[in-house]
Amino acid sequence: MTTTAPADGLLLPVPDEDGAPFWEYAARGELRVQACAACGRLRFPPRPCCPHCQSFESEWRPMSGRGRIWSYVRPHPPLLPAYAAQAPYNVILVELAEAPGIRLAGNLVTSADAPLDSVDPARLRIGARVQVVFAETGGVTVPRWILEKA
Amino acid sequence: MAATLKDATAIVGIGQTAFAKQLPQSEKELACRAILAALADAGIAPAEVDAFASYTMEETDEVEVAKAIGAGDVTFFSKVGYGGGGSCATVGHLAAAVATGQATVGVAWRSRKRGSGPRPWKNTAVQLPTPGQWTRPFGLLRPADEIAMLARRYMHEYGATRDHLFNVAMACRNRANENPAAMMYERPLTREMYMTSRMISEPLCLFDNCLETDGALACVIVSAERARDCRQKPVYVHSVAQGLPAQHHGMVNYWNDDPLSGPAWTAARHLWKQADFGPQDIDVAQIYDAFTPLIPLSLEGYGFCGRGEGAAFTEGGALEMGGRLPINTGGGGLSEAYVHGFNLINEGVKQLRGISTAQVPDAATCLVTAGEGVPTSAILLRA
Ligand SMILES: [Zn+2]
Repeated sequence: MTTTAPADGLLLPVPDEDGAPFWEYAARGELRVQACAACGRLRFPPRPCCPHCQSFESEWRPMSGRGRIWSYVRPHPPLLPAYAAQAPYNVILVELAEAPGIRLAGNLVTSADAPLDSVDPARLRIGARVQVVFAETGGVTVPRWILEKA
Repeated sequence: MAATLKDATAIVGIGQTAFAKQLPQSEKELACRAILAALADAGIAPAEVDAFASYTMEETDEVEVAKAIGAGDVTFFSKVGYGGGGSCATVGHLAAAVATGQATVGVAWRSRKRGSGPRPWKNTAVQLPTPGQWTRPFGLLRPADEIAMLARRYMHEYGATRDHLFNVAMACRNRANENPAAMMYERPLTREMYMTSRMISEPLCLFDNCLETDGALACVIVSAERARDCRQKPVYVHSVAQGLPAQHHGMVNYWNDDPLSGPAWTAARHLWKQADFGPQDIDVAQIYDAFTPLIPLSLEGYGFCGRGEGAAFTEGGALEMGGRLPINTGGGGLSEAYVHGFNLINEGVKQLRGISTAQVPDAATCLVTAGEGVPTSAILLRA
């Protein structure tokens, strides 16, 4: 599910060679993480070789898109203008259900196209279960997160 | 016997400019003024300088500094990366160069116009793509946001509170109130002010953040042998270390297996291994304080208390004068000046000379640390 976020002007990811597949899969609405094709261990952020077995062969493994909030912040201005417009918004770090050591920064929102400050701050809680959604901003698709339905 | 840096070199000169939100001079001029002040303090002529070390973020390079101050032929120069993580490493690099005969008189410095200059995070685009592609689009824009994320988790895991962070801010402010050179001289802080101040990045408020400062500092390093003939009492470089932990990712250490044990732990292991004394023997510490949560994390990393005990350590005035471990006796980055931690080095020297404005009686050992949360460095100084 990819929708257009109303708030543009946010910084866009600038993928490097290692990270490009992550964003290409995100554009298709898939959350995938780099894994070693030799020993199978997941790694993040993506990089050219495996820190465990030094293999240069990698693959991109689909994730369930479920996770838990490891930590969160609420930035207040002064901020870049596009972010100040939505401040105080939240930034969360999500530990993936399949790989708790992999933590993705993102935003907790009420729906994929909702603004970054759409969730009541009282609902931000370490350990809360979240589910990935995808939003298009400035022509690029980024993962966002919603609270998992109980 | 293996070669060792232990007490092989000493800091014999320190210099600084005024600290202010806005100074009229350029960074280059401020750098030259601080360096010349440090050389004058040491009683060493500029023409004798043959080594320089600073930070990669220092915008006045050694070519400009050397020709401006009238240095001689330079045979060693070095720049250390990762912003405030580089401060103590500049001293460490010069100590290694002097101890191994690559140079004889080293100058380390940092000049910065952060008070009146641009906010570095406004130039966020240059931090993309790596590692910014994983954080910046989501609004994790500033160092304060990145450290706040660690702080929230730390508070959750160990029961640390804003009162603990206030203890840190208060200790630094109290020392600055005693230091006429500090930006926060005669500007007391109260718990009421702290608890009602505006938020910067929750859970961090205004007073959890360092000052925005224009200013420069420098110090002079020579061999221990040469130091005995200098004008000032030598302050020996007893042990030095840098710290880049396995699987570290810079400011956002969130992809490490254990984000709450950062570079301090790595630097500390090497630092103490090379030393004749341990944390229990430290009389005074200058601990990098761009943000208050770095203090409890560093207290744990450098072994002053156990894992998760850093916040509780700050209770009961432990960080104040007469406490278990007086810290940041000039006011630190929170209340003296934020010059990427270099003021902590010079304050350590002042303590061991016995001339600090908040002098710990008979201080003979001092730990100085650099930025935690980024690849870091630390030095042990002894009188
Ligand atoms: Zn592998």
